[in-house]
Amino acid sequence: MKLSGGDLLLRALKDEGVKFIFGYPGGAALHIYDSIFKQNSCEHILVRHEQGATHAADGYSRATGKPGVALVTSGPGATNAITGLATAFMDSIPLVVISGQVQSHLIGTDSFQETDMIGISRPIVKHSFIVQNTEDIPRIVQEAFHIATTGRPGPVVIDIPKDKTDPSKVYEYKRKKEVSLRSYQPRILPHPGQIKKACKNILSAERPVIYAGGGVILGNAHKELINLNKLLKAPVTNTLMGLGAYPAKDKYFMGMLGMHGTYQANMAMHNADVIVAIGARFDDRITNTPSLFAPDARIVHIDVDPASISKIINADIPIVGQVKESLQALIKEIKRSKIKIDSDALDLWNKQISEWQRKHGLDHELYLSKIKSSMIAPQIVVQELYHATEGNAFVTSDVGQHQMFVAQYYHFNKPRRWINSGGLGTMGFGLPAAMGVKLAFPKHEVVCVTGEGSIQMCIQELSTCLQYNLPIKIVNINNEALGMVRQWQDMNYGGRHSASTYSDSLPDFVKLAQSFGHEGMKVTKQSQLRKTLDKAFSMKDKLVFIDVYVDPNEHVYPMLVAPNGSMKDMWIKKNVKA
Amino acid sequence: MKRIISILIENKPGALARVVGLFHQRGYNIETLNVGPVFDGSYSRMTVTTRGSENDVEQITKQINKIIDVIKVADLTEGDHHEYEYLMIKFKQSAKIQKIINSLKGHIHEKNKDAMVVSIWGTSSEIESAIKAIGKVNLLEIARSGSIGLHEGEKVLKI
Repeated sequence: MKLSGGDLLLRALKDEGVKFIFGYPGGAALHIYDSIFKQNSCEHILVRHEQGATHAADGYSRATGKPGVALVTSGPGATNAITGLATAFMDSIPLVVISGQVQSHLIGTDSFQETDMIGISRPIVKHSFIVQNTEDIPRIVQEAFHIATTGRPGPVVIDIPKDKTDPSKVYEYKRKKEVSLRSYQPRILPHPGQIKKACKNILSAERPVIYAGGGVILGNAHKELINLNKLLKAPVTNTLMGLGAYPAKDKYFMGMLGMHGTYQANMAMHNADVIVAIGARFDDRITNTPSLFAPDARIVHIDVDPASISKIINADIPIVGQVKESLQALIKEIKRSKIKIDSDALDLWNKQISEWQRKHGLDHELYLSKIKSSMIAPQIVVQELYHATEGNAFVTSDVGQHQMFVAQYYHFNKPRRWINSGGLGTMGFGLPAAMGVKLAFPKHEVVCVTGEGSIQMCIQELSTCLQYNLPIKIVNINNEALGMVRQWQDMNYGGRHSASTYSDSLPDFVKLAQSFGHEGMKVTKQSQLRKTLDKAFSMKDKLVFIDVYVDPNEHVYPMLVAPNGSMKDMWIKKNVKA
Repeated sequence: MKRIISILIENKPGALARVVGLFHQRGYNIETLNVGPVFDGSYSRMTVTTRGSENDVEQITKQINKIIDVIKVADLTEGDHHEYEYLMIKFKQSAKIQKIINSLKGHIHEKNKDAMVVSIWGTSSEIESAIKAIGKVNLLEIARSGSIGLHEGEKVLKI
């Protein structure tokens, strides 16, 4: 049977196993929407803003490991998808974003709702396609999914002019068994010689650190990471994107590193003699001043993307390869090696790390201590949330202080449970991302921890949550200010809170949630916190918006001293450097 | 230092823009750019000259390699190579400039009382010194092809 361009697209998406399309219709996409109406293998989720569509597809992907799909119309539909594309690009998330385009003969004429989507999205996509012949649609979809999901994953755009989905023009559907592109061979196995060198260096280390990032999660290599450290017994730290790659409850886990990393993790990095970087990219929020980074360390760097290696910090032993295969090879080599780990040195090192932790580590039992202040400490909200959900929730977040508090105080023991915009730092990500997660895992608890600033950036999605019955729990850590901005203004701008406060004009979030047909709860006292959380989580089929008023003067610590600081230079609390 | 980067890329719409955009996006500057279809016409070969340290060029070539349409990338300046550039100039005739052109062994395309069009080819440093020698007096127009280059010996850039 011959199919129209729209039907070819839907058939191709079905063959890719796509369950959900997050989207928003409009003129240039209407033929495609008619094809959606006529099929039932992909469910379309109508968001309220295209940014929400891309974040929802992104959240779905981060939680499941499968590519997320968004569909938008031309012009403003396409431009509204840009923030979501950039978010996915920075965190290497596989997305396929399909945009309608004006008819081919109108391209370049400044026609209604025309924008050059390929041009606008070019720097923030892994690849993009414009459909020039309708019969190419199945091949392009297949290639788009292949490119999005292999190698270092990333978002791919398919721009489809409206005439290419004209229902009156039909074509044969052809699907290849395998995609092969002469210019793209992503599967990379590690070089055995490099694995040998890495093994020798790691086993001879006296002060090793494993620094594991989001690549371990994206590469589904968390089991290999755990197995590796069963052999090495080295201290492990995860990046913001890597949280959950190594179980937080494990005794070798030091917590997150970097800008707001734990004291012991940052000190361990600075004092290490060998750093094993796995699927991490030495981001500027990790290294602090690169020239002062880990002065004594030899760097072993495993990454699927050769461009990530020696970009910021020179790698002594670069290993280009898929993380999973590289770790498997490394484990094999370590088991085969005759070099004995210097366990005395390692014991001393692990003791030193415990010492650092005792000195300036995070207090994970703040919620148990006597209530000292009339204001709730935001850290306590996260600790209570952790206990209320028994550490098993999928937690999405927005960007700012609340995000850092979750990263510090919610212990992630499994990969793909912590869903946040690390690279781009996109406010507005949390709620739509939670929708994607909840659709993928309807029986699991999905919590969006947000702030009153971030949540207002995509709050319209509360309406989507009602339409598709998505009982997410939203924990709004409300400090009546753009907390992280305010913190920087406190620390670096003499406390001048320029454009970071709005306490006189915040909405009543309880009423707001109710007006969207959801439940709203307000907490202003610590004594109400646990009860309210328990009550909210007992309402299984309701979206509950829990608005928790917290101490607006609270800062996130530790914090790396910048500029010109190294990883050992940290603010430990207000006005106190370590 | 000056670098000559050769790129074998799919001859597809938008492919050139991906390479050019990347230079700007990653904070590098393009000095000259040359592109044309090669082999069966489904490939293009681009030659980009830029300036940067060894680390810069390593990062540029790695990033270019990540572009899906790119098949091969090489920094020709890493080893022995041939490099040439083509220059066309138009100027008002004068005895002095005529003498310079003769000494540069330029090829004359057009010569009349109003203007003279001449082309010169050579390595980019030869082209630079030719431009200097010609100076600004009587100069009307100038166009450069940008460098093109190949590896010396058996080394080639192909699929």
